[in-house]
Amino acid sequence: MTVHPKPPHPTSAHPTSDRPASDRPASRPAQGPGTIPLFEVAGLSRSYPLPHAGWRAGGRPGGRRARRQAVRDVTLTLPAGSSLGIVGESGSGKSTLVRLLLGLDRPDSGTIRYRGRPVRASHRSRDLRWLRRDVQVVLQDPVASLDPRLTVGAIVAEPLECLRIDEDHGARVEEVLAAVGLPADARDRFPHAFSGGQRQRIAIARALAPRPRVLVGDEPVSALDMSVRAQILDLLGELTAAHRLGLILVSHDLGVVARLCDQAAVMRAGEIVERGPTAALLTHPTHPYTRALLDAVPRLPIG
Amino acid sequence: MSAGAGAGRGAGGIVRGVLRTRSGRLGAALSGLIVLAALVSLVWTPYDPTQVDPADSWAPPFGRHPLGADRLGRDLCSQLLAGARITLAVAVGTTALAAVIGLALALSAVLPPPPVARGVVHLVDVLVAFPLLLIALVLAAVFPGRTWTTVVALGLGLGVQVGRVTRGELRRVLATDYVLAARAAGAGTGRIVRRHLLPNVAPTLWVQLSLTAGVAVVAEAALSYLGLGPPPPAPSWGRSLHDLQPYLTLRPLVLLWPGLAIVLTVLGFNLLGDGLREAADPHLRPAPHTAVDGAP
Repeated sequence: MTVHPKPPHPTSAHPTSDRPASDRPASRPAQGPGTIPLFEVAGLSRSYPLPHAGWRAGGRPGGRRARRQAVRDVTLTLPAGSSLGIVGESGSGKSTLVRLLLGLDRPDSGTIRYRGRPVRASHRSRDLRWLRRDVQVVLQDPVASLDPRLTVGAIVAEPLECLRIDEDHGARVEEVLAAVGLPADARDRFPHAFSGGQRQRIAIARALAPRPRVLVGDEPVSALDMSVRAQILDLLGELTAAHRLGLILVSHDLGVVARLCDQAAVMRAGEIVERGPTAALLTHPTHPYTRALLDAVPRLPIG
Repeated sequence: MSAGAGAGRGAGGIVRGVLRTRSGRLGAALSGLIVLAALVSLVWTPYDPTQVDPADSWAPPFGRHPLGADRLGRDLCSQLLAGARITLAVAVGTTALAAVIGLALALSAVLPPPPVARGVVHLVDVLVAFPLLLIALVLAAVFPGRTWTTVVALGLGLGVQVGRVTRGELRRVLATDYVLAARAAGAGTGRIVRRHLLPNVAPTLWVQLSLTAGVAVVAEAALSYLGLGPPPPAPSWGRSLHDLQPYLTLRPLVLLWPGLAIVLTVLGFNLLGDGLREAADPHLRPAPHTAVDGAP
């Protein structure tokens, strides 16, 4: 994939949002979108216990288990209307960071604020309903992320039902399926009748259904073929522009981030080693790890 | 909300799905035959199954008695038909109880916080270690001559085994991305259980329960054979085996009927389970395939 840095996000090209004004409860902060950052993350850390080393391996019974630091003291900000790419190799803690941002996991320390409000993971689904109405996710594997026992219509309607979105669910499902380029009759079929790229379109439709402000993509194109990958990236670009979505895109591929994000952060072993505007990061990487990642991007002649 | 209904997931859809598979058809036919026999025996049997008639001792089959008579002249066909009642009651009761106990144990071994869940897992491990038939024997000896003791003993014992297998399946499903996606979409635990966990463990559960029904039939026959089933006048396949066994070398054919009834019933339940599994598994269900990936 060719690396071609993208100019700052073209939100100005789409001044009309499809959000009706009634969609925004009055309880939300009255400030304009430019003032409060969408996400503010400060000093975020999360470690997981490693599996027990047996007593043969020298572990003592009752002793503390070794832990792996998945995310270490991460601080970052997603300004309103901005798009942030998080780049790093496998095991660098990107997916853990995504789970923490979505309130699906509890950090050991540090804070996450969405539009100024602290995000605290909870086992009660209604505690984070306010966050989920605004922040939706597209996961990596489109085969694994769609329940095989539900129709596409039921899958896409799930956030509408869970989040008590006050809208005609059937109509909204048709609307988002059309927006991601799926035929209208897709809603009555099961995921296994679709190809990988189409399945990822279904996952994107599900994420878009509750009209979020922020889309989080956890390696959304890594499981797809090269040709399909470009289509899905284009789709994500169009949708985020058209709906003025904030975007957090996690990828191991700098090319993907360069295509969709104006800001980028490079993660390694749970830490952010470098961040800044994507264009600057690509042309003048300062950290050796970023340079190594850049060198790892396969370059194809522009055709 | 219309979306969930479109997939033929209602009872009618499942029945049609089962009947589409060969094993499902055969299993449904065999199980249906047993149900029919039990129902018919309620209103009609060729003779009173307990009626003794010394003149008909060892009467040959296909004469006055369709399947012949035993030493006391009791009609074997009538005994088989009436015995289906006990067999079916034990199979259905045991399976229902095992399903409830199994699901309850499995869910409480994966959903609560770790200390509670671990406790349930250990409890199940201990319960699995109890020999099923021995417990049933003890219960039957303490409360003799009642069908429900058999059902309770078998339902508890088999339910624990169902729970163990179901727990593994639940853990597998809980770790999937679609459960993660559902949580990210705002689904609470109750919804995830109803909408994602239960439908996705259903295929395994059906197979488990069909095997359970088969085991229950065999276990009931074994208890009756040992004289710990329902009290003597009521006919039972297991006791027929017991009563006829001494004449195995003299009249090998009469022993065939209750044995055949047991084998066909177990086979029927197992095949029905296969059919249910195939019908419930979307990967085995024929579906229209869409064209190649192309963005319009």
